[in-house]
Amino acid sequence: MKKTIFVVAAILLGAFVIGATDSVQLFGDPGKAPMDDYFIANALQHRSSENVVTSIVFDYRGFDTIGEAAVLFTALCAITAFFREGRKRP
Amino acid sequence: MRPLSIVVRTGCDLFAWFLVIFGSTIIIHGDVTPGGGFQGGAIVATFLSLLLVAYGGKKLLAWANIGIFNGMLVFGLLVFFLLGFMGFPHSFFFNFLAVPHEIAQATGHGVIPPSGTIALMDIAVGLEVAGGLSLIVLSMFKGVRLFREEHFEEESGHDR
Repeated sequence: MKKTIFVVAAILLGAFVIGATDSVQLFGDPGKAPMDDYFIANALQHRSSENVVTSIVFDYRGFDTIGEAAVLFTALCAITAFFREGRKRP
Repeated sequence: MRPLSIVVRTGCDLFAWFLVIFGSTIIIHGDVTPGGGFQGGAIVATFLSLLLVAYGGKKLLAWANIGIFNGMLVFGLLVFFLLGFMGFPHSFFFNFLAVPHEIAQATGHGVIPPSGTIALMDIAVGLEVAGGLSLIVLSMFKGVRLFREEHFEEESGHDR
């Protein structure tokens, strides 16, 4: 039963992925970039941040920055756990 | 880690706090000049590495207070998340403090920069990165020290 569900789900996922490749831009074809134009045209006017990169990092794509903060925090937790002071060897 | 010679230590005395000032400038001006929280925080964290290299581990561990860096890390993270959540009636990470550029130019500056939460998040992330990287340096040095023998030699510089 589990295997059947797994196979059906895998086939469905594969079908969705293959179907989604239709709408992917071709390599070497930049095509339209509405997001870029929107940021360049409006970032200064709307957010009055003269550094457009910062306005993207901390405002338009704040989720990305949360991920980066989580990466740093996870690395710190791992390092602290790995190098913690344990019991002395007898 | 043994302290280095007096030349290096004097150079460290000269430049260490300037590193902190330089990093703070990059953090605070993150919304108007290149740079930002991550970059400035990394520069501030080099302060501790420079002290560790120049003065040796014994002096640094006696001097550095882990609670301060822990507090910086936690405070920065909490402020960052809180500012993200405070835009919630509109959306997550909505910049509710931003003043449009024309109005900001006409009325002049207030206490908070016209870019609103962008500048505040810059400072929060800068604190978080500076505290986190300093903690990583400290805890890794402490951990490396554990693998040595119990009996430490007394640390002495090359010039003594």
